Amino acid sequence: MIQIQDLHKSFDGAEVLRGVDFEIHDGETLVIIGRSGGGKSVLLKHLCGLLRPDAGRVIVDGVDIDPLSESELTPIRKKFGVLFQGGALFDSMTVFENVAFPLREERKLEEPEITRRVEQALTVVDLLKAKDKKPAELSGGMRKRAALARACVANPKYILYDEPTTGLDPVLADHINDLVLQTRDQLHVTSLAVTHDMTSAYKIADRIAMLHDGRIHAVGTPKEIQATTDPIVRQFIMGTAEIQTEVQRGTETVS
Amino acid sequence: MRDVCVYGGLATVWALSYAARGIMETVQRFRQFVIGQLNQLGSMLLLLLDIFKTTFSKRPRWRETVDQMYKIGWQSQAVVVVTGAFTGMVFAVQTYLQFHKVKMDTAVGPVVSVAMTRELGPVLTALMVAGRVGAAIAAELGTMKVTEQLDSMRSMGTAPVDYLAVPRFIALMVGLPLLTAEAMFFGIFSGYFVGVHMCGIDQAYFLNHMYQFTSAKDVASGLIKSVFFGMFIALISTYKGFNAAEGAEGVGRATTEAVVVSSLTVLIANFFLTVVFSKIIPV
Repeated sequence: MIQIQDLHKSFDGAEVLRGVDFEIHDGETLVIIGRSGGGKSVLLKHLCGLLRPDAGRVIVDGVDIDPLSESELTPIRKKFGVLFQGGALFDSMTVFENVAFPLREERKLEEPEITRRVEQALTVVDLLKAKDKKPAELSGGMRKRAALARACVANPKYILYDEPTTGLDPVLADHINDLVLQTRDQLHVTSLAVTHDMTSAYKIADRIAMLHDGRIHAVGTPKEIQATTDPIVRQFIMGTAEIQTEVQRGTETVS
Repeated sequence: MRDVCVYGGLATVWALSYAARGIMETVQRFRQFVIGQLNQLGSMLLLLLDIFKTTFSKRPRWRETVDQMYKIGWQSQAVVVVTGAFTGMVFAVQTYLQFHKVKMDTAVGPVVSVAMTRELGPVLTALMVAGRVGAAIAAELGTMKVTEQLDSMRSMGTAPVDYLAVPRFIALMVGLPLLTAEAMFFGIFSGYFVGVHMCGIDQAYFLNHMYQFTSAKDVASGLIKSVFFGMFIALISTYKGFNAAEGAEGVGRATTEAVVVSSLTVLIANFFLTVVFSKIIPV
């Protein structure tokens, strides 16, 4: 289980996170929604210690990770697979080498076993034929799928998805959503996804939390979020430019 | 008349306060600049310590190190050979033209060889490598930083210092002395060629004087200097790459700064190393 307690983070005096509190239960998929630039990716990077909080705590399986040094964080980080927004595949390596990277770095498996597992992961994301290509030769969707294969190949306990469907066409985005669900069912992982794609959020989430103004504004199941009367959440999920309340909708608006 | 004096006084006070404000702002900016530079120096020293610690505490990454040696050392040879050869040639011509006036033609050999081994070989090679390799390291690592590849590496439990910085550091510290030796050889050889075959200096005297006045200490001094230069170039380029600001502009700035700061560091450090070596390894 991951617990986030009263998390604060500022950059150059601008407060991005102002006391975030939530928990991710084992086996669930929690989706954080919120506006662009609202601190979703910053929040995600705190979970595996890529960013350090100014105040507050991140507790992974009972361990407060803030006081840990970079080397002490290594075993914690090995519990995570992270799918970065742009894929963050290593330019100098082929798709195969990228996916094999976390396994080779563990230095526990022999090369034939690594090859077997990498090919298995690439088959799941339908990229086996592109295994010898460099990331620059791939389309945006292929890069995301390759990055997903890399995030899952070492069988992590937690997977973090940073905008998994951003920049993809609806069909490809739905394919990525299916892969996320498939990964959850096959590996029984706990997942956190940050996105502003509501179609994706409704499809993959067990719970949805909305990050607004540096805090968690609302949490609920996809059905609860869809049915909410909270004006801020409604504005976001409806994609309207002005905040509308349930009562005022159709008559006047509150800005 | 009294009004004129009052207005003149007010104008003077205004001008003085304006000037004082300007001076204060300049002092403030200078203070911030100095603090920024000291911060950067401190961060670089911490990176250097991290690189040393990682080099001796983690398992060596032979594959990455050999790969970097190929890119940094092997692929820089053409640039270094051309630089060394033409520097030796032009140095031989210039010294010949001056020494010929005082009938000291045969001094061209030792002058070229001592200059190439002690100063020109290590410094020019380091400057060429700072331009070619330092820029490449800063651009590659800077791009990795802004495209989240460094974060991605850290998220998989691999330290970028271990995987990226240490192999480049070792490759430069080993590769630069070898490149320097190559530059020395081609500089002296081409100086000999120009001196003997173009300027007509007697071959026997040229070689004899060259052997007589050039010692192993000269070669050792140049090679040891180049180890330090390799360390400076690797450290500065890696630091600039790891700390590149966002976007293409940030990577461009990091690349430029890596080349400029590395080159200046080589030139400045060369003076201090020369002074130190003149005490440890006297001519």
